[in-house]
Amino acid sequence: MKKPAFRGSGWRSPRPGAKPRMSQLALAVAAVALFAGACSSSDEPSTQSGGSSFTAPAPKGGDDAGGGTLTVFAAASLTESFTALGKAFEAQHPGVTVKFSFAGSSGLVQQLTNGAKADVFASADQANMDKAVQGGVIDGQPAVFATNKLAIAVAPGNPKGIKSFADLNKAGLTVVTCAPQVPCGSATKKVEQSTGVTLKPKSEEQDVKQVLNKVQSGDADAGLVYVTDATSAAGKVDKVDFPEASGAINDYPIAVVKGGQGALAKQFDDFVLGTEGKTELSKVGFGPAQ
Amino acid sequence: MLPVVGLLVRSDLTRLPALIVSPSSWHALRLSLITAALSTLACVLLGVPLAVVLARARFRGVRLLRSVVLLPLVLPPVVGGLALLYLLGRKGFLGMLITTLTGESVPFTTAAVVIAQTFVAMPFLVVSLEGALRGAGDRYEQVAATLGARPWTVFRRVTLPLLLPALGSGVVLSFARALGEFGATITFAGSLEDVTRTLPLEVYTQAEVDIDSAVALSLLLIIVAVVVIALARPRSWEGGLR
Repeated sequence: MKKPAFRGSGWRSPRPGAKPRMSQLALAVAAVALFAGACSSSDEPSTQSGGSSFTAPAPKGGDDAGGGTLTVFAAASLTESFTALGKAFEAQHPGVTVKFSFAGSSGLVQQLTNGAKADVFASADQANMDKAVQGGVIDGQPAVFATNKLAIAVAPGNPKGIKSFADLNKAGLTVVTCAPQVPCGSATKKVEQSTGVTLKPKSEEQDVKQVLNKVQSGDADAGLVYVTDATSAAGKVDKVDFPEASGAINDYPIAVVKGGQGALAKQFDDFVLGTEGKTELSKVGFGPAQ
Repeated sequence: MLPVVGLLVRSDLTRLPALIVSPSSWHALRLSLITAALSTLACVLLGVPLAVVLARARFRGVRLLRSVVLLPLVLPPVVGGLALLYLLGRKGFLGMLITTLTGESVPFTTAAVVIAQTFVAMPFLVVSLEGALRGAGDRYEQVAATLGARPWTVFRRVTLPLLLPALGSGVVLSFARALGEFGATITFAGSLEDVTRTLPLEVYTQAEVDIDSAVALSLLLIIVAVVVIALARPRSWEGGLR
């Protein structure tokens, strides 16, 4: 690798031969430093986890002095509702800053079991919460705070006239679903089994927001998403409810993460499970815990 | 190298054979090899003329053209995928044209995978070729021409042999990039077994449920990449001119 580059630059460049070598050395040192930095940061993760920069700016100055920062790992489908709940929680607890990392539930479990620091974990399904419990990162018992079910997202005005789950198999329709490996995909499979309608999706996306994107961009005629995603994207997609969705209800459990600020985390959990949480969650279409 | 060691340590080598022969990973591997080969071919067909233009042409805007050609190097692949989707998707202007002409749409097809891979991989070929062309200059060609060689003969007997080492490394680089391509593919082509789910996409899908099999598949991808690079770059190419 090194030789041709050196030969090339030495031959072309009017500068003395030592110069390019120095810059190469500097580059190598920088690369090593960067690499080492990346390593050490994954060993001892800091409180500022990825995605948290998307949260609203801190409402008051000097927040870090009092109650500190609460880090919440939450499923991507909770983005809208939890951001609002976080602000309300901050208003109730002066001096506390709530930071969020929104991502796919399984990715968050992966981060937690590999040592990411968080205080609260809210999963989009029971399976991923079970994985976190088995991984030994959860303190106490998880509690279900909301439920979600599938709906069909179609282009505004429903130009293809999709009215039921069976309509998705009409000839010439481009249908996109979640991959069976992710929660929305396993819910889709459940509905397929209960209705006896086997879909032929053009793509099995990795998460529900990708399905929504494909419908929004017009590349898919219909996509199976959660009611809450279709509600949040109102105006960009139309929501078609179907009765069979009730057969595949998804539970959303929340729990305190071990090694965090237990007391404050418990308060946040209670807040989400309480009246404020229920009101905010129902706004985007979440159902009550059953 | 260290991250690869980390992957090796983490993996359960006894399960590796069972995972590799599973139909889904076999499909993913086959799809990856076919699409990467096709997109490398497309890179050569489009990239060689482009590199010649960039190295030899002297017109206004050649710098601008170069930065546009190299854009996929700095663009996050997901952005590239979105760009392709809004160009060739059903609502994209070129995509609409293709749909009206042929009745087919590009996204969610194997062709879309090849297009996405070509988009991200071609700059690697262009960069290495352009560098070689500039380094070589055109003195040999001029001498050959003064000795009476026709342009095609000059290209075949002088230019091409001079370029062979750079073309070799360019081909290997773009093939490797195409093999590892993820972001543009999942954004533009989607993910469906045996149609668009290449090995990197399969790794990502498996990581959702079974991290051990994702690790095993990652190792498979690394092995394939190493083998392909070792086989595809014989010693004669590295030696350059004989």
